[in-house]
Amino acid sequence: MDGLFQIWVYLAEQPLLWLAVTVSAYVVAQQLFLRSGGFPLLNPVLVSITLVVLLLLATGTDYDTYFEGGQYVHFLLGPATVLLAVPLYAQIHRLRRQWLPLSIALLAGSVTAIASTVVLGLGLGLGPSTLMSLMPKSATTPIAMGVAEKLGGEAALAAVFVMLSGITGAVAGIPLLRLLGERDPAVKGFAMGVTAHGIATARAFQHSNQAGAYAGLGMGLNGALTALLVPLFAWLFGL
Amino acid sequence: MIPAFIALVLLLQLAGEALVRALGIPIPGPVIGMLLLLVIVIFQGGPPKPLQALATGLLNHLSLLFIPAGAGVISYLALLADNWLPVLVTIIISTMLTIVVTAFTLKFLIRRMNREDS
Repeated sequence: MDGLFQIWVYLAEQPLLWLAVTVSAYVVAQQLFLRSGGFPLLNPVLVSITLVVLLLLATGTDYDTYFEGGQYVHFLLGPATVLLAVPLYAQIHRLRRQWLPLSIALLAGSVTAIASTVVLGLGLGLGPSTLMSLMPKSATTPIAMGVAEKLGGEAALAAVFVMLSGITGAVAGIPLLRLLGERDPAVKGFAMGVTAHGIATARAFQHSNQAGAYAGLGMGLNGALTALLVPLFAWLFGL
Repeated sequence: MIPAFIALVLLLQLAGEALVRALGIPIPGPVIGMLLLLVIVIFQGGPPKPLQALATGLLNHLSLLFIPAGAGVISYLALLADNWLPVLVTIIISTMLTIVVTAFTLKFLIRRMNREDS
């Protein structure tokens, strides 16, 4: 028993253990999602994060120790973003034709995301610091953190809100759009990417490559637009 | 030659990071890397097979890549404790509303454009 504990103490400090946990949690979550016939609340990102967080809490492991292993997976987000160019290229003819509808829809989505957050947040009595961290929630994490910090919000809090918005969009996106009778994978993907960035883009790729490509496009464009619009709306609402 | 394309992707990301810092633009480096790769692929008249394989392999498992960052929520559970309900309500309603508005706007404009074309 003592020997076993020694092994645990050793492994718990090694990146290998938490890297293995991360990939295994994903495999389990992915299987669960597929076997449930794609039940939205069993979204793989939501389930795997929940599994990892429960395991960290149960073993009393702090996040820094976990991230020693998790960083190897986390690092791949950069190359994956660069590679979005490949599915995007496959849609290039349609994109050239639809640049105007896409630009207008992007603007409508970006404004809705920011304005509805301010109106709801003020109505529900959120403080200015929380509100500032919440406004850029439809942007990707590095953008949202930068914008929030500049305006007097908290970067760490902004990162959490980005994550929660992404999961909400990934879970609710497809069922919501199906309910509204939307069939075009391009429309579904773009709406999900604009609203809920990378996590919803991951969900869109499970739907189809076309939806994924449009989600990636929406994510990239709205990241940039959010960085411009949030300071403007903060000023308009007198925050 | 998969390694050549792994190198290309990493170098483009590197170029993106360098450009973003040099010009001080508020866009993540990898997004600039993506634009650079898109330009290259357009000039090549399409992605070569190994690059296609690399993209499909990684993007099909994009969900996996968000787990380490997502687990970071654990460090901020205390920060959320005070007002988790209004925050969660705001996020859920605003996210669903944004999806609907974006999808409806795009759908409406595409339909109108197709009608004008025909």
